[in-house]
Amino acid sequence: MTRSSFANLRRLLLQAAITVVGVIVVSFFMLHLMPGDAVDALAGLSGSASAESMAALRQSYGLNDPLLLQLARYAGGVLTLDFGWSVSTSAPVFQIIMERLPSTLVLMLTAFVIALVAGIGLGWVMAVYADRWPDRLLSSIVLLLYSAPGFWVGLMAIVVFAAQWRILPLGGAETIGAGLQGFEWLIDRIRHLILPASALAAFFVAIYARLTRASMLEVLHQDYIRTARAKGIHPLRLQFVHGLRNALIPVITMAGMHFGNLLGGAVVVETVFNWPGLGRLTMSALGARDISVLLGILLMTSVLVVVSNIIIDVLIRRLDPRIDA
Amino acid sequence: MTDTTLTRRTLLAGIAALPGAGLLAHAIAPTVAFAQGAKVVTAVAASEVPVLLSFVNTSSTIWSAKHTEGLLEFDYELNAKPLLATEWQVSEDGLTYTFKLRQGVKWHDGEDFDAEDVLFSLRTSQKLHPRNRSTFAQITEFLAPDPHTVVLKLAHPTQFLLRALSAGETPIVPSHLYKEGDDPLTHPNNTAPIGTGPYVFKEWVRGSHIIFDRNPNYWDPTLPQIDRLVIRTITDAAARTIAFETGDVDLGNRTPVPYRDLEALEKLPHIRIEPRGYTYSPPNIVIVEANLRDGDLAKLPVRQAIAHLIDREALAKIVFYNRALPSAAPVVPYHQDFHLAEPSPYAYDVAAAEALLEQAGYPRGANGVRLSLTLDFTSDGQRIVGEFLRAALARAGIAIELRGQDMGTLIARIYGDQAYQLHLASISNLYDPQVGVQRLYWSKNIIKGVAFSNGTGYSNPEVDTLLETAALSADHAERVRLWHEIQRIVAREVPSFPLVAAEWLTIANTRITGDTPNGEGAYDGSLRELQIV
Repeated sequence: MTRSSFANLRRLLLQAAITVVGVIVVSFFMLHLMPGDAVDALAGLSGSASAESMAALRQSYGLNDPLLLQLARYAGGVLTLDFGWSVSTSAPVFQIIMERLPSTLVLMLTAFVIALVAGIGLGWVMAVYADRWPDRLLSSIVLLLYSAPGFWVGLMAIVVFAAQWRILPLGGAETIGAGLQGFEWLIDRIRHLILPASALAAFFVAIYARLTRASMLEVLHQDYIRTARAKGIHPLRLQFVHGLRNALIPVITMAGMHFGNLLGGAVVVETVFNWPGLGRLTMSALGARDISVLLGILLMTSVLVVVSNIIIDVLIRRLDPRIDA
Repeated sequence: MTDTTLTRRTLLAGIAALPGAGLLAHAIAPTVAFAQGAKVVTAVAASEVPVLLSFVNTSSTIWSAKHTEGLLEFDYELNAKPLLATEWQVSEDGLTYTFKLRQGVKWHDGEDFDAEDVLFSLRTSQKLHPRNRSTFAQITEFLAPDPHTVVLKLAHPTQFLLRALSAGETPIVPSHLYKEGDDPLTHPNNTAPIGTGPYVFKEWVRGSHIIFDRNPNYWDPTLPQIDRLVIRTITDAAARTIAFETGDVDLGNRTPVPYRDLEALEKLPHIRIEPRGYTYSPPNIVIVEANLRDGDLAKLPVRQAIAHLIDREALAKIVFYNRALPSAAPVVPYHQDFHLAEPSPYAYDVAAAEALLEQAGYPRGANGVRLSLTLDFTSDGQRIVGEFLRAALARAGIAIELRGQDMGTLIARIYGDQAYQLHLASISNLYDPQVGVQRLYWSKNIIKGVAFSNGTGYSNPEVDTLLETAALSADHAERVRLWHEIQRIVAREVPSFPLVAAEWLTIANTRITGDTPNGEGAYDGSLRELQIV
C-alpha cells in the first residue's frame, strides 16, 4: 500500500466516524420526536393498563430520565459495545441485531449478485442486438420489472411458485423445527432464499440492464473498438474484454449507491416473505417505539453503507486506474 | 481470496462468491436433530410478542398458557374447572377463598410446585398486574396453612375473583426463580419461561419462531400427545391465508386471516373453522368514543345525531362479511347475562339526525357540510370501518377526516394529549365487564396518559355509584341488573358508540383436533389436548 492510499484510507475512516456519530445524535433526537413511547406501545398491545403499571414499566426501562442523560448513557454504552436493551423483544439490542443481520446480509448480497449478473447479462444482450427483436422483447420485460412494486412482485411470486405450483416454500428462512443438518440444511436455506432474493433483485435488474445497455452502446461506438474490430479480434472478445469492462464503470458506481437502497427494499420483501431480517425488525421496532433497537440498526447500517462505499471506491479505481482521488 | 492484489478480472468472481460467504457465516446450524416422524403442530402468530409469559407484562397472553398454568380453567359456559387447584371453596359471605392445590406437580426445571409459588404469584400480580391491581384490591391476606392449601381473605366480596385465576390472567410462576430484589417486569423468566404447563419452552428466535417441546413430566401422564409445538410469526395477512391453504401452518387463533378470505378458506377440505373457545375472553367491542371535552361533541344532540346515523347491521354485513354481532351496548353479546340486548334508543334515521343537527345550530354549509370531525384509528383493519362511518355520517352532512396512525401515536394522542374528536377503537371486555368495561365509563378512571382508560372524559355520578355497587356485590343477579341499568344510561347519553363485536374464529387444519376443549380455546387455553389424527 502506498503512502498516498494510506492517507486516503485514514481520511475515509475519519469521515466515516464523523458520519456515524452524526447519524446517532440526529436520529436519537428525531426518534424521540415520535409521539408515544415504548410503554404506550406495550399498553396498546396489552389492551389495558393502569397508571401504576405504566409508571413501573417506565421506571424499569429508564424512560423517565431526561433525554440528554439517556443520550449520554446510550453513547457511553456504545463505546463499550453495549447497545442497550430492547423493550419490545426483551433482549439485548446487540443480540437482536446479530440474530437478524446474517439473514438480511444473505438476502441482500444474493439479491445484489442476482441483480448485477442478470442486469449486466441482459444489458449486454440488449446492446448487442440493439433495436432488433431480442432488444425490444427484453426492453419491455425490463420496463415491467422497473415499474412493478416490490411487494407485488413478491406476492405474485408467492402465489405462482409457492401456492399454485408448490415448488418453493412460501416464506421464512428455513423449515422451522425440522432440525436439518449439513447438505440438506443448505439446500433448505437456498430454496427459501430464491423467491425473496429474486423479488428484491427485480427492480435493480431492470436498472442495471438499462444502464449496461446504454453504456455498452456508447463504448461500442468508440474509436478504439473500431480499431480493434479492424484488427480482426473475435466479436465476443471485443464485446467482453474491450467493451463490457469499460461499460461497467457507471454500473458499479450505481450499484455501490444502491447497496443502501437495497436495505430499504428489504423491509418490504422481508414482510411479504416473512424473512426474519433487519427490515422487519426495523418496522416492528418503529411500531413498538423501541428506540434503542432503531438506533442500533441505524448505527449498523450507516457503518455498512460507509464501508460498502469505501469498497466500491477501491473497486472503481481498480477497474479504471485513471480515476484517482 | 488469498490473492491480495485484487485483479480486475477477479472482480466479478469476487462479488459472486459473497453470498456463499454469507451463508457460511450463518452456518451455525440448528443444534438439535429432531427425530423423523415426530408429531409437530405448527401454529401461526400474526405479530411479534415482546415477552412469552403474561405475568406482569401483559402485552402478550397468546402463548403464556401453553407453558405456565393458572389455578383454574373455564369451560364453554365459563364455569371454573380444576387446573393447578383441584378443589376450591368460597365462604357464604364471599370473603374467604380456600384452594386445595394439585399434588406431585413439578416445574419444568424439576423443582416441586407448592403453595409458596401461588402466594408469590398472587401477591406480585396484585402489586404489578395492570388489571389484577384492582381485581385483587380487596384481598387483605394471602395464607398457606399447609404446602398444598392456599387461603385468601377479602375485605369486601369480589364476585369475579375466581375468573381472574386463569393461566392467561394470573399465571402461577416458580417463586424459587425470583430472587429478592429481582424486577419481575424484566425478569428472564418472561422470555425463557419455566412453568408447570404441558409444553416446555425450547427456543425463541425473535421474528421467526418459537419452539415448545412436550413436557415429559406433565402432571397428567397421558398428555400432551404431540412432541413439538412450533409457533411461526407471519406478519403479512395475505401470507397467513396462503400458509393455511398450503398446509404450512395448522392452527391460528382470533381470526388470523382477513375476513374477506374466510369464505374461500372455508371451502377447502382440509380447513376447519372453529367458532368456540372465546367465552373466556370474548371478542372486542368495536366502538367509537367521543371526546366530551370537544366543543361540538360535548353537545348531546350532536352525539344523538351521530347515533341516529349508524346502521350496525349494515356495518356487520358490509365490513365484516356477516362475521360480526351488532351491539349497541358496550358489553358484547358473548357475555350473555351482562349484555343488554336492546337496540340503541336512537334508531337508524337520517331525517332525525338532520333535524337534531339543525336544531343544535348546525345548518348545511355551502358544500352541504354541517360539521367536520376527525376520526382516529390504528390498523388497516380499522380503516375500512372508518370509511363506512365516513360514508354513513356524510348522509346528514357530517364530514369525517380519517386519521390512521400506529399504536404509539394513537395512545399519545387520545390518552396523553386528549387532542382528538372521535376515536375508533377495539376494546376487550375481558372475562367480566367489571374488568373490561367499567374502565371506559368510571369517572375515577379518567387518567391522563393511561391507555384504554376513560378516554371520553365521561362523568356521571349515578353511573359511578352503579359501577361501584356492582363491583362489591356478592350476588350475580344483582350485578347483572346493575350492569343492565348502566348500559341503558350510557346508551341514552352516548359518550361512545358501541358498534359490533367482530367474531373471533380459530382456523385449524383438519389433521389436528383438541385445539378447543373449553371456553379458553386456542388463545387463552393450554392446547394440551392437541392431537394429530
